[in-house]
Parts: sequence; structure tokens; C-alpha cells
Amino acid sequence: MSFITLKDVVYSYEDIETEPNAPRAVDGVSMSVEKGEFVAVIGHNGCGKSTIAKHLNAMLLPDSGKVYVDFDDTSDEDKTFDIRKKVGLVLQNPDNQLVASIVEEDVAFGPENLGVEPEEIRKRVDSALKAVGMYEYREHAPFKLSGGQKQRVAIAGILAIRPECIVLDEPTAMLDPNGRSEVMSTLLKLNRERDMTVVLITHYMDEAVLADRVIVMDGGKILTEGTPGEVFSQVELLKKHRLDVPQSAELMYRLKGAGVEVGSIPLNAADCINALEEVLR
Amino acid sequence: MVRDVAFGQYFPAKSLIHRLDPRAKLVMFAAYIVIIFCTFNFVSLAVTTAFTVLFVALSGVPFKFYFKSLKVIILIVLITSLLNLFYGSGEPIWQWWIFKITQNGINRAIFVTLRIVCLILASSCLTFSTSPTEMTDAIERLMKPLKVLHFPVHEIAMMMSLALRFIPTLLEETDKIMQAQKARGSDFESGGITKRVRALIPILVPLFVSAFRRAYEIATAMECRCYNGGDGRTRMKSIHLSARDFISFAVLGLVITGVILCNIFLEPAI
Repeated sequence: MSFITLKDVVYSYEDIETEPNAPRAVDGVSMSVEKGEFVAVIGHNGCGKSTIAKHLNAMLLPDSGKVYVDFDDTSDEDKTFDIRKKVGLVLQNPDNQLVASIVEEDVAFGPENLGVEPEEIRKRVDSALKAVGMYEYREHAPFKLSGGQKQRVAIAGILAIRPECIVLDEPTAMLDPNGRSEVMSTLLKLNRERDMTVVLITHYMDEAVLADRVIVMDGGKILTEGTPGEVFSQVELLKKHRLDVPQSAELMYRLKGAGVEVGSIPLNAADCINALEEVLR
Repeated sequence: MVRDVAFGQYFPAKSLIHRLDPRAKLVMFAAYIVIIFCTFNFVSLAVTTAFTVLFVALSGVPFKFYFKSLKVIILIVLITSLLNLFYGSGEPIWQWWIFKITQNGINRAIFVTLRIVCLILASSCLTFSTSPTEMTDAIERLMKPLKVLHFPVHEIAMMMSLALRFIPTLLEETDKIMQAQKARGSDFESGGITKRVRALIPILVPLFVSAFRRAYEIATAMECRCYNGGDGRTRMKSIHLSARDFISFAVLGLVITGVILCNIFLEPAI
């Protein structure tokens, strides 16, 4: 079994038993996340991707189906805290995740809850802040930081718990382009250098392109999944569900439609330039 | 606007006062409030004032911050000292119509001014040198005995620290909502008092709604970080009493003894 496994998960924000026809936020989703993977989940607002995120650390429990984290069933109440220790969840609004008035005290909040020894907390806080590049700001007040910096502090707060996987629910949705790239490069670094398992819920296609694997959701179901190359070459399918594709893939798709012979679909600007050079040669 | 008020803000530094145990500071502050109102003659007033100045000087916070917090209460000081000036008993030194000034009135005015100024300086010194987390931590530890009576000590401390954390965030939000309402043509500056109060309703309603939504999200975020109440929690910065705390206790002890002795042996000035 994979590190995280979802089996036919169904969830509704209303009571399914009394109202069998209630709309389902998640409707029969099965997926898995391996250790060390960087998975992106994309889809429209209301497609169920945030609901999936909250299932991964037992914040929500499925109405039917099962979620297993490292062999533990999330519906087992005795395991809730073990699961939250293993899978950390970062939310969208950085302001509402920081609970202390000083950056380092906020990062210490998680390990303090777990009853870790003070010296060990100090070590964890310092290393978590260094990992997200916010060590110099450790004595600042959170409200004086920029959005991207706040979100990085929130990530550090989760890292200090020493999870094996971090799940981020649209962490860049409220940030400006600078903040977005700060957060994204932090996540990539954590994944590449520390082998952290990352599940990124997003609606930005250019963020999804950076992942190892992309899961596309629509209407509470999984539409398609695969490597970014595989997913974004299905331009027609994505368009049919009104989802964007990266600009370079879009360009190639239109060229193809105009009768130009193109090879593989490029996912970033540099690959796109190469592909165009090929075409023009 | 409200953000410019210096009173009640933390000023990060590494001075002796900053390093004192926050519990010690709180206890000393409580004792100090009592003692400042027990000064009845000029010698004891001078002793407590000197003590205040000593702490303010040792706090390593630039004086302009203290000045800012004094500025807020300058009107109160003026009014109370003027009232005291004219309410003195004894032989009038100067008299006009129903107003009379006596030596006792002058003394009273001096006492009340110095007492209020010292009080503000001392409380500013306390808040400048103690971070909100330290403060709530200290309150939690000091109130711990109440736990026997099932008093929710940890919960109250947690609520206080969350409230302190979100004051600037909510102020920012108020500003944003005000601007949004202004952009739609609401007017907060003109009209009588009822009209102005009524103009605040479109600010308060969205502010409350968003505060509740925020509270819900904060609760989720805290749960995600394994928060499970106060049991079994540890602290990164554990606080403990050290030599400097006992030295400051000793200094305060001397001041208290001095004030008591002055009150016994010297004539009261008011």
C-alpha cells in the first residue's frame, strides 16, 4: 500500500443519510500518494480538491470509503494525532494560520502541542525557519511580513512538527506573483533536498507543471492523472471541462490545429522555444 | 490611526528589564500600583519616582516611546491636577470668587500628576519589555493554583494571546472595510452623533462576520497543528526566576520599606 491511499471516498457537506440526493463534494475518489512524491491536484473552485486535502490529515472523515495514512485508517479516533503528526496541512489564508505574535513562537506552537522538550523545540524551530529561508525574521511580528513570507512561516510551523508529508490547500491563492514564486521554490526545495512528500492543491497550471504527478479533478471526481506531460497533452479533454492549460501547451495545440507538425507538448517557456525552433527549421 | 498608539506595544530589545521573569514583573507591577498610591509625603514620592526612573532607564527603550504613551493621557493629567488644585483644604493662598488655591491643593496637584505619570511610565515599561506571549505565559503560571477550582486557566491564557495576535489584523481589516464603504459613498465624518454612530453599522456587520469566519479557520489551523488543549503542552521558552529577579525584588522591597517608614515618621503632605 502507498503512503497515503484513498479508496472510493465519498463526502458531502450535508447529511447523506437523511438526504440521499445531497450534492457530493467528493464522489468516489481513489488515489494514492507515494513517499517522496510531489503531487499536484488541480481543478475548478468547488471541484472537491480542498475537501480531498482535508481528508488527508483526518480533518474530515469520508461518508463512505476509506483513507489510509501509513496503514492507519483516518476514521480511527485514537490515530488522529499520529496522522496529523505525519501529514501536515497548510491552509490558504496565511493570516489565519499564525497564532502567536512572534514568528519563532508561532513556529514553536506545533511541537509545544506535542509536548516536545524545550531544547528540542528550539532546534526544530531554527531548522524549520532555515528550511523556508525565514530565520532572519524569527523575532518579527507576523503582521508586519508580506503574504509570501507569512505563508513560508506557516509552512515552517508545519515543518517543526516533523511530518513526513505536507499538504497545501491553495497556499498561493492569496499571494502576489512574488509571494507565489517564493512559496513554490520553497516547496520544490523541500521536496528535492529533504525528500519531503508534497501534495499541492492549486488552480494555477504553471504550478502544477512543476509536480511529479498531476491529478485533475472535476465535479468531485478524478478526471485524469499522470505526469504533467501526459496530462497537459490532453488539451481537448481539459478544454472540454473549461480548465486552462499552460500557455506553451496551448500554443502548440493551436499550431497543431493549424496543421503544423509538432512533437511532444512543451510545458515551460524554454522547452517551448526549443520546440518552435524545431518547427521553424 | 489607532495603530500609532504606543501604549501596550512590545519593543524588542535585550535589556536587563527585558530579561526579567515576566511573572516577577507582573507581581512587582501589582505591588508598585499599591505603593504609588500609598505615598503621602514628598520623600516617599521622591523614592518611588526614582525607582520608576531607574526601571525606565534600564529598560533600554528609547524615551520617545514613553513620551508617546504619556501624550495620550496628558489631558487627563491636566484636568485631574486642575481639579485637585482648587479642591485643597486649609488657608487660601490666592482667592477669586469661588476659586481658591491652598498649599494643600498645590501639593495634591503635584502628587496626582506624578502618580499618574509614574503609573503610565511603569505600565509602559512592563508592556514594552514583555512580549504578549511572555505576558500570557506569566498570567497562566500565576493563575495555575486556580485550576484546583476548575477555573479554565489555560483556555483564558490562550484566548488572550490569540486576541493580542489578531488586534493588528482586525484593525487592518477595519481600515479596508472603511475604505470599501467610503468608495461606495458612505460618509463617516459629517452629521450629528446619531448619524455618525449609524454610519458605523455597515462597518461593524462585515467586521463581525469576517471575525467569526476567521475564528473558524484559526480553529482548523490549530487543530492541524495538533492542538489539544493545555494538557501535556510544553513551552519553547520556559521561564524561571534567576538572580536578577531576586535583586529587583530586593530593590522593590527597599522602596516599600522606605515608603512605609516615611509614612510612619514624617508628616503627611496631603
